[in-house]
Amino acid sequence: MADGTTIMQASARAPGSTTLQRFARRRSTIAFLMTLPLIAVIGGLVVWPAAYAIYLSTLNRRMTTFIGLENFLILLDSETFRLVIWQSCFFAVTAVILKALIGFWLAHMLHHLPTKGQRKWRGMLLVPWVIPPALSTLGWWWMFEPSYSSINWVLAIFAVPSVPWLGEPWWARISVIIVNVWYGAPFFMIMYLAALKSVPEQLYEAAAIDGATSWQRLRYITLPMMRNIISITVLFSLIVTFANYDIVRVLTNGGPRDLTHVFASYAFQVGILSGNIPRGAAVSLFMFPILAFIAFFVLRGVTRRNREEA
Amino acid sequence: MATTLVVPGIFHRAGSLRKERRWALITAYVSLIFAAIIMLAPPFYMLITSLKTSAEVADLAGNPWIVRNPTFDNYWALLTSPMFMGFFWNSIKVTVLVVSLTMVISVLAAFALARMRFWGSQFLATGVFLTYLVPDTLLFIPLYQIVGSLGLLDSTWSLVLVYPTLTVPFCTWIMIGYFASIPKELDEAALIDGASWTQMLTRIFIPVALPGIIAATIFAFTVSWAAFVYPTAFITRPDEMPLTIGVVSQLIRGDTFAWGQLMAGALLAALPPVIVYAFLMDYYIAGLTAGATKG
Repeated sequence: MADGTTIMQASARAPGSTTLQRFARRRSTIAFLMTLPLIAVIGGLVVWPAAYAIYLSTLNRRMTTFIGLENFLILLDSETFRLVIWQSCFFAVTAVILKALIGFWLAHMLHHLPTKGQRKWRGMLLVPWVIPPALSTLGWWWMFEPSYSSINWVLAIFAVPSVPWLGEPWWARISVIIVNVWYGAPFFMIMYLAALKSVPEQLYEAAAIDGATSWQRLRYITLPMMRNIISITVLFSLIVTFANYDIVRVLTNGGPRDLTHVFASYAFQVGILSGNIPRGAAVSLFMFPILAFIAFFVLRGVTRRNREEA
Repeated sequence: MATTLVVPGIFHRAGSLRKERRWALITAYVSLIFAAIIMLAPPFYMLITSLKTSAEVADLAGNPWIVRNPTFDNYWALLTSPMFMGFFWNSIKVTVLVVSLTMVISVLAAFALARMRFWGSQFLATGVFLTYLVPDTLLFIPLYQIVGSLGLLDSTWSLVLVYPTLTVPFCTWIMIGYFASIPKELDEAALIDGASWTQMLTRIFIPVALPGIIAATIFAFTVSWAAFVYPTAFITRPDEMPLTIGVVSQLIRGDTFAWGQLMAGALLAALPPVIVYAFLMDYYIAGLTAGATKG
């Protein structure tokens, strides 16, 4: 950035470039005006609220006095919140790993099909991603319903005892993960399918001539070629899953006994429903360091990819 | 046969390759059928339930996955309910406004960022991407305070104000990618012909990048239609609710759930994005993958 300014100033000061100078000035003015709405949205509705959240989190419940890091310390001291941290991490990591594996498997299977048939299958398998998650979770909620559970009905055919889906803490956690995986795996599938298609066919032909097994083809061609997109997708999904709200809110609403709360749903309960805005802001700010850490790696992956393609 | 005798190894290998390929195809179809059943089971079950009467839903005997006396009563009840149609209208209003706003903001900004280098443009492009990574659940509490101080709580206008934070960064990001892939020669030719920046944008960039614009529009539409955190936080009055929170909070009343009606409501609410997807699947997928493969 600093380099850009000096170069611009240098060219502006150079003699005999008045028309060019005017052009540059006009161009940058226009460009600035064109980006102004974007800057307003980012500055006014993202950066400013984020800074405001930090300020809010240092206030007491009535938002009258500054209490420093008190909110954070109280939270860290509470058993419920420590469980929230644990549950958020467990939920995000398990769900993302499952989504990535299932997505990779499905993309691979789709890739085997003749191109004509792929469209139809891809269209069907992406349906979960298209339905707004709050609404499809309602359907899952109904399928998990204790007395009418249609899943238990299917399980009963295979003589599996009925499962207390949303009643037991562990089953409730698993249910939330199942719904999230169901919703997110198609996204991974589409991303990986696009990546698989971009791997040059000659590499596989060369490998076949060398007598590579299918495992070797996967290990030494497919995975290295897809490495970047895999890491970007996984990291991106980690952020989204970590910050998930819809599924937990509709499916368990934090229950049973506040054991399935994640950061977002707990922040909502504390901040909006119980009216303790500063503490709610503190809860969601706990996400920030983890998200920033992941975002750093996403950004690195994306810029590296751009450099490779350039 | 003679060749087999000369080089038996190669022929044997070719045969096993063909067999391997057939097995791979069978595995593929089996996994895909299994996956499709799982992926489509919830919406299918929602549809089945929505066609049942409350009595049939409550009947525990028999297969819950089939409907014996299909009825459209649940749909009819919703479509004639002013409250539900109000949700629909609010969703449409908010979505149309947000999508138009988003597209204007992001096309203008992406054009400037892709073609006119200016002080801080690189920094701003990175900033756009980072904002895309900021989840709504991090911001809803401060935004609740801000919206409250503007007096917009319990109003759909609050959603029109904050939804751009969900849509603008990604749309700008993929539009930068689409615009950057347009060859520079095209705008040089236009400049030589004396085109102004506005003409360049409307005569060249928008027509050439139309697929990208459609993909970004679909993205903005899907996101604002499905948004859940902000309306849940900002809106508690039923007449100002959009569909997502309306269906989740208002169709669930007391202890006796009207499951059939609830599922019918959820399906009706999910219909617009599904229709868009069914007709514009390729653009939809282009927009989905553009985030990582373009820009």
